[in-house]
Amino acid sequence: MSDIITKEQIRQPENLVYSKTKLLTDKALSYCPGCGHGTAHRIVMEVIEELSAQSETIGIAPVGCSVLAYEFMNIDMQQAAHGRAPALATAVKRLMPEKYVFTYQGDGDLAAIGTAETIHACNRGENITIIFINNGIYGMTGGQMAPTTLPNMKASTCPYGRDVATMGNPLKITELIAQLPGVHYVTRQAVHTPGNVRKTKKAVRKAFDLQKENKGLTFVEIVSNCNSGWKMTPVQSNKWMEENMFPFYPLGDIKVDGQLIK
Amino acid sequence: MKELRLMKGNEAVAEAAIRAGCDGYFGYPITPQSEIMEYLMAQQPEKTTGMVVLQAESEVAAINMVYGGASCGKRVMTSSSSPGISLKQEGISYIAGAELPCVIVNVVRGGPGLGTIQPSQSDYFQSVKGGGHGDYRLIVLAPASVQEMADFAGLGFDLAFKYRNPVLILSDGVIGQMMEKVELDEFKPRFTKEEIAKNTPWATFGKTDDRERNIITSLDLDSAKQEKHVTHLSEKYKLMEENEVRFEEFQTEDAEYLIVAYGSSARISQKAVDIARAKGIKVGLLRPITLFPFPKKPLAELAKQVKGILSVEMSLGQMVEDVKLAVECKVKVEHFGRYGGIIPTPDEVVAALEQKIIGG
Ligand SMILES: Cc1ncc(C[n+]2csc(CCOP(=O)(O)OP(=O)(O)O)c2C)c(N)n1
Ligand code: SF4
Repeated sequence: MSDIITKEQIRQPENLVYSKTKLLTDKALSYCPGCGHGTAHRIVMEVIEELSAQSETIGIAPVGCSVLAYEFMNIDMQQAAHGRAPALATAVKRLMPEKYVFTYQGDGDLAAIGTAETIHACNRGENITIIFINNGIYGMTGGQMAPTTLPNMKASTCPYGRDVATMGNPLKITELIAQLPGVHYVTRQAVHTPGNVRKTKKAVRKAFDLQKENKGLTFVEIVSNCNSGWKMTPVQSNKWMEENMFPFYPLGDIKVDGQLIK
Repeated sequence: MKELRLMKGNEAVAEAAIRAGCDGYFGYPITPQSEIMEYLMAQQPEKTTGMVVLQAESEVAAINMVYGGASCGKRVMTSSSSPGISLKQEGISYIAGAELPCVIVNVVRGGPGLGTIQPSQSDYFQSVKGGGHGDYRLIVLAPASVQEMADFAGLGFDLAFKYRNPVLILSDGVIGQMMEKVELDEFKPRFTKEEIAKNTPWATFGKTDDRERNIITSLDLDSAKQEKHVTHLSEKYKLMEENEVRFEEFQTEDAEYLIVAYGSSARISQKAVDIARAKGIKVGLLRPITLFPFPKKPLAELAKQVKGILSVEMSLGQMVEDVKLAVECKVKVEHFGRYGGIIPTPDEVVAALEQKIIGG
């Protein structure tokens, strides 16, 4: 029994194995319990802390559930109009090329209203990092159909399921932008298990490192859950994500060193 | 040393922006203002002052690049013409809400819709009454010469930073396209990092340990705070009305009648005043240089002196509403305008004065 440490011992600094990064504020997250946004925030902030880059990083928040990302990320941030984050990031990076610049965007923001800004920032090969949270739905506005909503998946504006004949097919924007020569690194990850969190963190770190080397645009998609929008418990939503989202949006690297994988 | 050149209005505003220490220009081509970006691209200021010039994928992207750059405390600008300015309205509203300084140039063409590529002044309402959503104002400067196209670039940046507010240079196809002699200011250096940290401590240039993080946003989900913010904006607009009204009077001392006109209409009306005076009509001209803030007081003063006022605009009559408000209907106010890309002649203005004001 002696090797089991007590509650009091756990709190001793020498036994501390994990603590929240200082780059997250103490403000309670506004996300629904079980939502992947919070984990994604933490990963990005941990990477910036590891790079000692708090003073060297400008983040751009979107319109979507993560509109308030600037409340939680303890760095200088700008809040963009819906879909326009890559345009803001373009100017920030061009005017301050020595800084790390990233956008953090949902699927509606990045792949519907902001499609033009996304594709053209990618095509110009802006030296920025795009963190793309794909939850297949419009979380913030109450669960409407997103460009990434799966075929037959239900949402409040497709209550009988997405009919691809009339509503179009889900847009694999990540595969699309990976084709562009300006884009250097594209990967698709998840944050619902410790293993996936570790992989995602590696990917985000790689994206920031490549940005420092001015390699071109780096793009990390995180397939995530929206338990509220999907009307499931957090556990159910993660299972549903594995069974339905991952087959359509397979995890893994899509473009590395400017070369498409496969 | 000042430098004299013969230039188009569009070129003059571009050259003056470089000289005013502009950090970035973001635009999308549209007639009749494409020379602004063409001139900048040809000058390659990246190689001299370090100014960034970027052709965006749309006006929407361009104004949001301006938002991003302005958020960093940089002097940034965009330009377009009417249909493109309509597309920028969302971004302009965000910029006004987030209190960011920037310069926007509108070289107006006739509308609505795709309209015509010929000059017009039909974007007055959009410029001075808001244009985008929400309660906000732009400082609106109306150049009437190529010289003023140049002068208002520097003045625009100064006012934008003084009030943390977007400044609109409301030009038109005549002023943008015509060539005149222009005296250019000397080169002013771009802001250094130290100046940005000192003069725009609110900007996002990287959070250091000695300060809280800087956030640029126009959002407040707490209505009480949002109301406070809009009240703060209104106080700023009041200050502008007190301190920034600019106008010019021409032959008003003994005037019995008054023409009010801005931009190229003012140039035409000045000639009309000469013609009318030669006929013995004592008429003067008031030219608003700032359309917001509008020269209400000088107009109210002149209203006590004159028998009637003709507002001359290349539109169906937009500024005329502000003229009426300024004189509180104490004197007759009429509108005369050509539109759809047609420019009135000085004789037409005199005829309108005789029919609508003197005879009417
Ligand atoms: C111009 C404009 N149109 C629509 C909206 C309403 N709106 C806010 S968030 C949102 C969708 C966000 O969905 P997504 O980007 O997928 O992010 P999530 O909330 O799922 O994280 C919409 C349509 C808006 N704010 N602005
Ligand atoms: S609505 Fe969905 S995306 Fe938004 S916080 Fe809740 S679970 Fe997350």
